[in-house]
Amino acid sequence: MEAIGWPEILGRMALQLLPVWVALAVVFAISITWKRRLGLYGKLFDSRVGMVGFALVMFWVFAALFADMIVTHNPLSQISGMRNATPGTPLRDPAGRYDYFLLGGDALARDVFSRMVMGAREVLRIAPFAAMISFMIGISLGLPAGYLGGRLDTGLTFVANLVLAFPVILLFFLLVAPEIQETAIPRVMAGILFIVPVLFFTVLLNARYFTQPARRNLYVGAVMVVGLWAYSGLAFNADPLGIWGMSPNLLNVFVAVVFVNAPTVFRIVRGITLDIKTRDYVAAAQTRGEGPWYIMLWEILPNARGPLIVDFCLRIGYTTILLGTLGFFGLGVASESPDWGSTINQGRRLLTVYPHAAIAPALALMSLVLGLNLLADGLREESLKD
Amino acid sequence: MLLFLARRIGVMIVTALCLTFIVFYLTNLPAKLETLAKTQAGSRISDAEVASWLDRNGYNQPMLTRYGEWLGVVPGWTREDGDGDVTGRCYRAYGITDPGVAPARCGLLQGYWGESTRFRASVADVIPPRLGATGLLMMWALIVMVPMALIVGVLAGMREGSRTDRTLSTFAIASTATPEYVSGVVFIALLASSTAGLSPLLSSWGWIDAPVLFQGNARSALEKITFWNFTLPVMTIALYGMGYVARITRASMTEVMTQQYIRTARLKGVSFANIVLRHALRNALIAPFTVIMLQIPWLLTGVVIVEVLFSYPGFGWTLFEAAVNNDIELLLAASVVAVIVVLLTQLISDIGYVWLNPRIRVT
Repeated sequence: MEAIGWPEILGRMALQLLPVWVALAVVFAISITWKRRLGLYGKLFDSRVGMVGFALVMFWVFAALFADMIVTHNPLSQISGMRNATPGTPLRDPAGRYDYFLLGGDALARDVFSRMVMGAREVLRIAPFAAMISFMIGISLGLPAGYLGGRLDTGLTFVANLVLAFPVILLFFLLVAPEIQETAIPRVMAGILFIVPVLFFTVLLNARYFTQPARRNLYVGAVMVVGLWAYSGLAFNADPLGIWGMSPNLLNVFVAVVFVNAPTVFRIVRGITLDIKTRDYVAAAQTRGEGPWYIMLWEILPNARGPLIVDFCLRIGYTTILLGTLGFFGLGVASESPDWGSTINQGRRLLTVYPHAAIAPALALMSLVLGLNLLADGLREESLKD
Repeated sequence: MLLFLARRIGVMIVTALCLTFIVFYLTNLPAKLETLAKTQAGSRISDAEVASWLDRNGYNQPMLTRYGEWLGVVPGWTREDGDGDVTGRCYRAYGITDPGVAPARCGLLQGYWGESTRFRASVADVIPPRLGATGLLMMWALIVMVPMALIVGVLAGMREGSRTDRTLSTFAIASTATPEYVSGVVFIALLASSTAGLSPLLSSWGWIDAPVLFQGNARSALEKITFWNFTLPVMTIALYGMGYVARITRASMTEVMTQQYIRTARLKGVSFANIVLRHALRNALIAPFTVIMLQIPWLLTGVVIVEVLFSYPGFGWTLFEAAVNNDIELLLAASVVAVIVVLLTQLISDIGYVWLNPRIRVT
């Protein structure tokens, strides 16, 4: 068989990505039809920048979801004769497998296209959740620091500045290492960091429903059961049912990324809280005799949502970049992992001769982060309009 | 102002102590010391030999004591061998074997930074030349980045919502979405590859003599910096930081352009160019200044990535090598330098902010 040219490569890639196109079309059709009823999300479809960003992000989300249908080869299997194959090279002996390496092969004769698609799954499995945990920690500490002030504020701000004064890369070198994984440090840090979301939801619901004990007990009880169940599995790998769990590698990466992100969120939340707590509705709630946690979580937090949603999108992008950095330095990832950072790292050795193995994941990572940044920009613009 | 400075410097010293202790703790974990013993005394030694090696080299004391020794506030350990020879931290530091001659304390305060196991040299000799190399790289990166970012930001911000604004803002967003390891890889593939990108095309047309347009390896820049070997690393660092500064400049510029005095100037009939250059620019540059200063420590990550990618043996490359080879004392020294750079730039940015903006007072 002959090698195929770029038009055919692109055509075949588009065909492989068919599930993604269908899903994107469905989402856009539904969203645009009912955009007036969908609040801020619907307004996103009024802004061209926001729509482009949303499309890029959803492209990778669907690619990660349908990765099993999209990939042409097993991302880990090596196929003889395909080492450093250029894009569009046919397999010598397909034997029922896909006929071509659409984006070529890497230095270990694995399919670059399949690894790129699988890499999306690796990234999107960690980045949004790490950003979410960072946000809950930043909110749970930033609200009281801003609202109550005093010693608590001074102490927390000092700690946040301490972490922020640490060069990120240094923290990664120190914190994400095989020797560290053997110690209790990641477990202890995970134990502290992961309990915060559980406490956050408990306090959130308790503050709202403590006047109706029956409902309060139901909601808080449900949160405690699910939360502590997940907590035992994620932080200590001690889930009795074995559903929640993280490998030590993954936990180490997760903890490091959350640790780097949380102080920035803390500073943002604290700043917004300082601004909002002087508003009249906060004074009204104080006069009604509401407790401090109710005011923080049900008066201040909902009114701070605009900037926080925007920052959340940016933070997922930044987390993606951080994960790429970790992969680039080979920190905390399995050697065969198809995540984009380590694929770039492996590809850079032969970069001047066979650039395709590093370029594909590099462009993938860039497009996802660009999508998130554009989405954040669109959301900011639309939320400022009213 | 003096009180403000004194308080800031006090906080800075406390922060630096905390951070160096954290670094010290993380680099001196038992597991890391075991690795160190194995790299120094042979990889196949038994656990008992590891323990005795650690004991002989003073690693068996409490963490706080050793941190004090390293800082130079606690007397360094000494030990008498059976045959009357005395060894100890300070004896080794100055290469002294006669008992009773070495100073009691030797650490950071006395100017002793330890020995690098990776480079087989004193840390004090390893760090400065590499810091100088990185200084050059940073200087050129800032020379490229700052004017470009300010121009992009001012042009985008002077007419909010115009087509120029849209285009430049998208460009700025795209640049913040391109981390160094992505742009570096793309630059090398596009401009420094002899088989792909632009170089083969240009050389077949006879436009360039060399096989590649730019060099993808910056090691030769250590002897002589040329346009050919230094462009790509500088561009790679500058690009990622540029977008952020440009966006801050744009935001600050759009805010200034809605101020009353700009409207007054416009109603007076001052030309648009004059308004931007004479009235708006100075006030619009206060926010970007602080951001640029805060950007410098942030560029450190980029510096490490770029120096590793382009194999330029600067500070970032040294940090990477120290971390990979578990070179404890070099890593500690590099961390101290990094932390000091971060804290100093924060201080400069605070002072500069107050100095540039007379509306803010520190008391």
